[in-house]
Amino acid sequence: MNLISESGADGLILRVNEDRIDAAVAIHFKDRLRELTAGGEGPVILDLSQVTFVDSSGLGAIVGAMKLLAPARALELAAMTPNVARVFRLTRMDSVFRIHAQAPEIARHARAAE
Amino acid sequence: MRAPPNDAAVMPRTTPENCAGPSKGEDCFRRCFRAEPFAVRDALRAAVARFARRMGPDDAGALELTLAEVLNNIVEHAYAGLGAGPVDLSLCHADGRLHCRIEDRGHPMPCPAAMGRSMPATDVACADLGEGGWGWALVCTLTEALAYTRDGDRNLLTFEFRPGCR
Repeated sequence: MNLISESGADGLILRVNEDRIDAAVAIHFKDRLRELTAGGEGPVILDLSQVTFVDSSGLGAIVGAMKLLAPARALELAAMTPNVARVFRLTRMDSVFRIHAQAPEIARHARAAE
Repeated sequence: MRAPPNDAAVMPRTTPENCAGPSKGEDCFRRCFRAEPFAVRDALRAAVARFARRMGPDDAGALELTLAEVLNNIVEHAYAGLGAGPVDLSLCHADGRLHCRIEDRGHPMPCPAAMGRSMPATDVACADLGEGGWGWALVCTLTEALAYTRDGDRNLLTFEFRPGCR
């Protein structure tokens, strides 16, 4: 699961460099997200701009990640593609997350880390 | 319309004994595979690619989600504790809709009529949010004429998918 963390202007940015978060990778996604967010603070913004498909297993992993981070940290979603937005809309999970239309911008002087 | 010649490329690598290959003479896609997550991924991508040109990206995405939920259900529940058994997926285009048929040899589905057709609640505390339970509700939302039958040791799920209907 290729997840890249970057320091963002409004929180930690996690860029999902995969086209799918589905049943085949849902557990890896959640594990990797847990590793990358361990010990930090502030909001975590998941950049979904590269993701074209999320099924209910992927959705469960994203919800699980949000519960893992709560209550100390919020998990926010950004740049959902239409296909991904549909899953959130049909399940009404779009009412649970703070959703940003655009991909988050990195902070000035940000350092990128795998 | 006959299947394009390159359809041979999407034939399964492992062919379970119950698959006789694609239906002939019809506008159909058929694939048999083992109930494993990556085989499911391959199968549903190939199925969607087969019909995507005739539907917009929105319908193609909805079809992919529908098939994913049905097939994941087979992997996770029908074959729970049984190993990755065979799945036979076929989709035929007729009368402006896709007629889908999915067969497996796993455990019977527990009373589909009683399974949740409504989405899990979202108006609960964060800690109480469900991390699943959407799959069957999504299938019910995205399909028409959904029907399940148990035939001997086989589960047969049929439904119709109508482009432009969401």
